[in-house]
Amino acid sequence: MLSRRIIPCLDVHEGRTTKGIKFKDNIDIGDPVDMARMYYEQGADEIVFYDITASHEKRNIMIDVVRRVAETIFIPFSVGGGIRTLEDMRAVLLAGAEKVSVNSAAVNNPDIIRQGARAFGNQCVVLGMDVKHVGVSPSIPSGYEIVINGGRKHMGIDALEWAKRGQDLGAGEICLNSIDADGMKTGYELTLTALISQNVDIPVIASGGAGEPEHLYDVLTRGKADAALIASMVHYGTYTVPQIKTYLHDRGVKMRMGW
Amino acid sequence: MIAVIDYEAGNLTSVSRALDYLGYPNTVTGDPAAISRAERVIFPGVGSAGAAMESLKRLGLHTLIRSLWQEGKPILGICLGTQIILGHSEEHDTACLGIIDGNVRMFDSADREDDGSPIKIPHMGWNRVSVKKDHPVLAGLKHDDEFYFVHSYYPDPVSADQVIGTTCYGREFASVIGSDNLLATQFHPEKSGRAGLNLLKNFCEWKPC
Repeated sequence: MLSRRIIPCLDVHEGRTTKGIKFKDNIDIGDPVDMARMYYEQGADEIVFYDITASHEKRNIMIDVVRRVAETIFIPFSVGGGIRTLEDMRAVLLAGAEKVSVNSAAVNNPDIIRQGARAFGNQCVVLGMDVKHVGVSPSIPSGYEIVINGGRKHMGIDALEWAKRGQDLGAGEICLNSIDADGMKTGYELTLTALISQNVDIPVIASGGAGEPEHLYDVLTRGKADAALIASMVHYGTYTVPQIKTYLHDRGVKMRMGW
Repeated sequence: MIAVIDYEAGNLTSVSRALDYLGYPNTVTGDPAAISRAERVIFPGVGSAGAAMESLKRLGLHTLIRSLWQEGKPILGICLGTQIILGHSEEHDTACLGIIDGNVRMFDSADREDDGSPIKIPHMGWNRVSVKKDHPVLAGLKHDDEFYFVHSYYPDPVSADQVIGTTCYGREFASVIGSDNLLATQFHPEKSGRAGLNLLKNFCEWKPC
């Protein structure tokens, strides 16, 4: 039986981990390579890096970070943020990432999923989805809509339809972020997570809303998620990865406990 | 020197990086002469069996791997490399190297996880290995150690004698197989944290008799 995965997420701006206030007032919270090594040693099952560097010229800084991470940790890690072309994907994978995630670029050009899956294999391509609850309507039958730009732009695409389409195009995994829950620390969006998880065959990583270990328990059981993304609850020392894994293990969630 | 066989099947740098980290000199190469000179050989790979066999033939490596095995050189197969070592793969109905007699089969989507939910394919994530036969390369393995898997097809050797370890995912399958100086894992030791690095280190020190 597969273990559920606990995945710390690091937002990286120009080579430094930052507090997730995108595009402005970036607060430096550490070196991404050092933080990745710490989480690796603490038993994280995977790590996600999200490059929020706005300037295209400075994006090669991230490739250097990926290379140094790959020399340091020996678990899978994925890189997302600003991935638009097959060449962007190739650069990140060659630098040592296991997977690459596409989000708004896939909304604008769904074929990037198919191209990436064909070139590098389905398992390398993660479809990142930012989702907002908007209520059921004829154009959004699930009541959940795809948004981009941190939720500012509504795309008129139904989240469930998009998840299925992403799978058909060759995505190997979905990272599902609830814009409503993101940053609230009141728990994951369980209804959304269960809806998507139960209607696709590929693994779903739940994202947005984690504040307490109980929130991970809820999303990995009632939310049917295969993995849970965590950020601020570990970045500021409120909890450690072993504390969270022990809590989940004790409540009967299958966890990788030897590391 | 350890040769990591490069037959254009996926990104092989992660195996090399793990060996660097452990301090074992290694080279990623598709050159038959360099591979033959190496003290031991790692045969990795990500992708599909059909494309991998075509590449091996084009590079003249399909016969080399068998002869290295007959010479007694220590060989470690990883993931697709492991599947190619068997006789046949259901993936694109591909004839493979046949060093170990058996088939590579696709997971059955009708299979269920322990909690009753349908299995997802590919089998992607961390899972345990239960040891069926003691092996020097598995030395130090703890019962709760887990390894990172990414695959849709699994090895099914004919002889139970060649099954070194098994894993449960909907069904029990051979996740570690071996024959004499060859050991092959379906999981990725180079992505499996401390347990995986320990296995790689064991392989680098292994002296098959």
